[in-house]
Parts: sequence; structure tokens; C-alpha cells
Amino acid sequence: MSAVEVERLTVRHGEVVAVDSVSFTAEVGQVTAVLGPNGAGKTSTIEVCEGYRRPTSGAVRVLGFDPTTQQRRLSERMGVMLQDGGVYPSSRVLETVRHYAALYGKGADAAALVHAVGLSSRSTATWRRLSGGEKQRLSLALALAARPDVAFLDEPTSGVDINGRDAIRGIIRDLAATGCAVVLATHELDEAERLADRMVIIDRGSLIADGTLADLRKGHDEIRFRTDPAIDLRALAAATGIVASKVGNDEYVIDAPPQPRLMAQLGEWLADAGHPLHDLRAGGQRLEDVFRRLTGGEAE
Amino acid sequence: MRVLLVQLRAELRRVAANAEQLLLTLGIPVMLLVFFSLVDVLPTGTKEPIDFLAPGILALATMSTAMVSLGIGTGFERTYHVLKRLGTTPLGRPRLIGAKIGSVVAVEIVQFAVLIPVAFALGWSPSSPNWLLAVLAIIVGTIAFAGIGLSLAGRLPGEINLAAQNGLYLVLLLLGGMVIPFAKLPGVVRAVAHALPSGALADVLRDAVSSAGTQPARSWVVLCAWAAIAPLAAARLFRWD
Repeated sequence: MSAVEVERLTVRHGEVVAVDSVSFTAEVGQVTAVLGPNGAGKTSTIEVCEGYRRPTSGAVRVLGFDPTTQQRRLSERMGVMLQDGGVYPSSRVLETVRHYAALYGKGADAAALVHAVGLSSRSTATWRRLSGGEKQRLSLALALAARPDVAFLDEPTSGVDINGRDAIRGIIRDLAATGCAVVLATHELDEAERLADRMVIIDRGSLIADGTLADLRKGHDEIRFRTDPAIDLRALAAATGIVASKVGNDEYVIDAPPQPRLMAQLGEWLADAGHPLHDLRAGGQRLEDVFRRLTGGEAE
Repeated sequence: MRVLLVQLRAELRRVAANAEQLLLTLGIPVMLLVFFSLVDVLPTGTKEPIDFLAPGILALATMSTAMVSLGIGTGFERTYHVLKRLGTTPLGRPRLIGAKIGSVVAVEIVQFAVLIPVAFALGWSPSSPNWLLAVLAIIVGTIAFAGIGLSLAGRLPGEINLAAQNGLYLVLLLLGGMVIPFAKLPGVVRAVAHALPSGALADVLRDAVSSAGTQPARSWVVLCAWAAIAPLAAARLFRWD
């Protein structure tokens, strides 16, 4: 049984269809990223899974519970990280984690959680005094206080510095490794690419892709490189048969699998024409490009 | 029950740590009681100002806690998404509301434990008081004021809710027969004042402790009507985020 089962979920806000017949699953011990442009329906989908919002139609089961009618039982095994905090500004770090640990009553060690998210030195600071990244860490600690079997994390590394991101990613990986099903709603494609075992992409309320990154990349290999801003692409095609497209000021893409012969031809032509070759990368598309392709060019 | 107590403890800790709320719920009522009892400037119509003031200040204390303190706190919790987050924990909404009710009751007990001895120390001598009826009036008043406070808190953004609650507090204080007798208000204003929950609570409390209500039966009807309508309005208007 999947930890999260969403089947033909539809959510309407008045006349607006926020989620339109979306189906996907999230598995135990995996990180599932829910991706999509702003207003795609990610938050509405996640809120139905958390039991916070009622679906208009469709069926959702989380750990076997119906979140709408069995939210209380589900909440005992569910950790939630809100994007926008959810902590009273005058609440102190350790005191807040203790409060949530007590609400869940599973014996989570508040001080250890604060230490795990790197906030030991800020344990007496109030929420309003924390930086954006520290707030994210505290928010993650509150989700972990549930010792969850399923965790819904909304933008967990938003506003966090590089070291903090690594720490948070490590915690999320560890969480999944312990058997928790982690559902990650994020705008950060790089984040999803690094963390997620599986991607669910929603656009304009509809599911447009569901699978591993390898699934989404399948059939979309490319060779990407940077050189002078104005190389003669016609001459390149005439000389080598390579069809390249300009995708940035000095960035080019060839839709082809990473064949050594082709890459050698490219390098040779560039060298003969006196152009430099930078950042040569061959293989599957980056998630950002997969996302652009699937959503019609709108990367977050 | 354990979860409810955890949340109740957190609610009480927040109240105790909030200097503004302590000023509102305890400081202002005590100051008004002491000042206007010692400085005879109000046209109370009683031999001792304290005999008029004490029931009115108990009504004011009830309004401060059940409406303003609860309303402002809940409004900011909604704005800061605290309610949304708590709603995803095993606490759930019913127990969250239960904890808030428990917090209001606990604060009111502390208020009365301070105000009543202060009033007696200032010479308050209630004649043939019916304390059970007074407690009943406080309970009904608490329900009415909590309904009003949560109706505003459940709809208005945090800062606007703060201003609205404080503004309403002032209006109800001045027009509610708490420190200024109904008889001293102009005709139209007096009619409005009798229809307000603050006026009704002050009147039934005066009647309960000193048989000095101006129109206690009508005030009971008014108070009960507010206690019935305001929570329904809150349930209808309240948004959790």
C-alpha cells in the first residue's frame, strides 16, 4: 500500500478549478516532490492530503486514513512543515519544539531536535528574531516532533543558506531512510533533483508528469555547451550535420544522445573556427529543462 | 485530555508572558476600580462609588478577557498561521477551542481573585448578594463576549482586528453602564447602551450582588440573546487562515 494515494482529486474554489482530477501516489521511504508553477494547484493538493481542506471530488488516503474524516488519527502520524511559519512571533525556539513534542506525545527529545536542525545556539531566541533560514529550520523541527510516518514539507529550504540547505537535505534524506514517506512541495527544481526519488508535476491544476527523474528525462538526451555568443550554426550544421540551438547568450543545446563521436566533431569544429568550449555537459536533460518542456516554458 | 492540558498550559504561558494582555485584563480594571473609588468624580448615584463600580468593573474584566484578550490573541494566531499549524497536530480544532475556553476561565478566576478583595478593601459592601446568579451572569457574559471577539478575530487581518477590538472595548466601556450609570447617558444613547452586552452584564451583576439593577429582567434577555447570537456568528464567520 502506498503511503499517500490521491485518486482523481478535484478541488474547486468557487468557480475556479484549482485541482482537476489529479492522481498520484507517494511511497514509504521515498521523497516525492510535487512541482508546478505558481497557482498550479500544489498547495491545494497538499492541503487536502493534510486534512486541512475538503476535496470537491475524488479520493485521498494517507497512511490508509481519509484525511477529511479521520484527520485526528492521521495527525498523530503526520508531520507538517508550512511554508509561512505557523509560529507565534514571541515563541522561543526550544519552548516551541517542546510544545509540539508534547502535543504529539511520542517522546521526541526537543533539545535533540533543535540540535539536529542546527539551532542549539538559538534555542532561547524568539521566532521574530530568527533569520528566514532559521525559521525554516525551526519549522522543520516542528514537523519532526511528530516522529512522522508521513511528512508534508512545503519549501523546506526556501531562504536557507548553502550550509543550512545541506543540513536540511541531510535530515530529509535521513527521514525517508527511516521509512517515512516525504512529500515535498517545492519551487526549487535543483532541490527536487537532489532529493526526490519521484516527481509529480502539476500545471494549471492538472497532472502533467509523474515518475522518477530518469522517467521524465527518457528520450530527451541533450548535449549542452557554452562558447562565443555568435557562432555560425549553419556552418556547424553544414560541416558536421550537428543541429544546435541557441538557448542563452552564449549557451547552446543539441538534442542528441551523448555520443563521443558527435562530441568530438563538435569540439573539433569549434577549435577550427577559433571558438572556445566551456561547460560541456551531455546526457539527460536537467530537471529545469524537463520542467520547461512539460509546462510550456515556465520554469519557477 | 493530555493534549488539551498541554495546549492549555501553552495558552496560559502566552497570556502570562504578554505584558499588554496583563495590563488589559488586570491592570486597567484594578486602576479604574481604585481610582474612581477614591476620587469621587463619577455620578454613580450611590453613597459609596465602589458599590456602583465593583459590579461594573467585574463586567469590564469579563469583557477584557473573553472578548479583547481572546480576540486579539486568536486574530494574530490566525494571521501568523499558528491555527493552521496547530490544526494539523493531534490537538485538532475542538481541543484548541477547549484550551482557549479553559484559558479564559483561568484568567477570569485570577481577575476575580484580585478584583473582589480589592473592592472589599475599598469598602464595597454588597447587600444580600446572590453569588450563584453572579457566576451565572459571568458565564453567560463570557460566552457572549467570546462570540463577539472571535467573530472579529476570525475575519479581520491581525492589525485591523487589534484596532477593532480595542475600539469596541472603549465604546462598550463608556456606553455599557460599567463606570457611567445608564441614567447619566442621553436618551438615544441610553437605549443603545441597554441593548449592549456590556450594559446588560453590568446591570445583571449589580442586580445579583446588590439588587441594584435598573432593568434586570430585560438585561438578562439582552445578555442571553448576545450569548446565543454571537457564538453562532463566530462559527459562521470564523476562518482558520
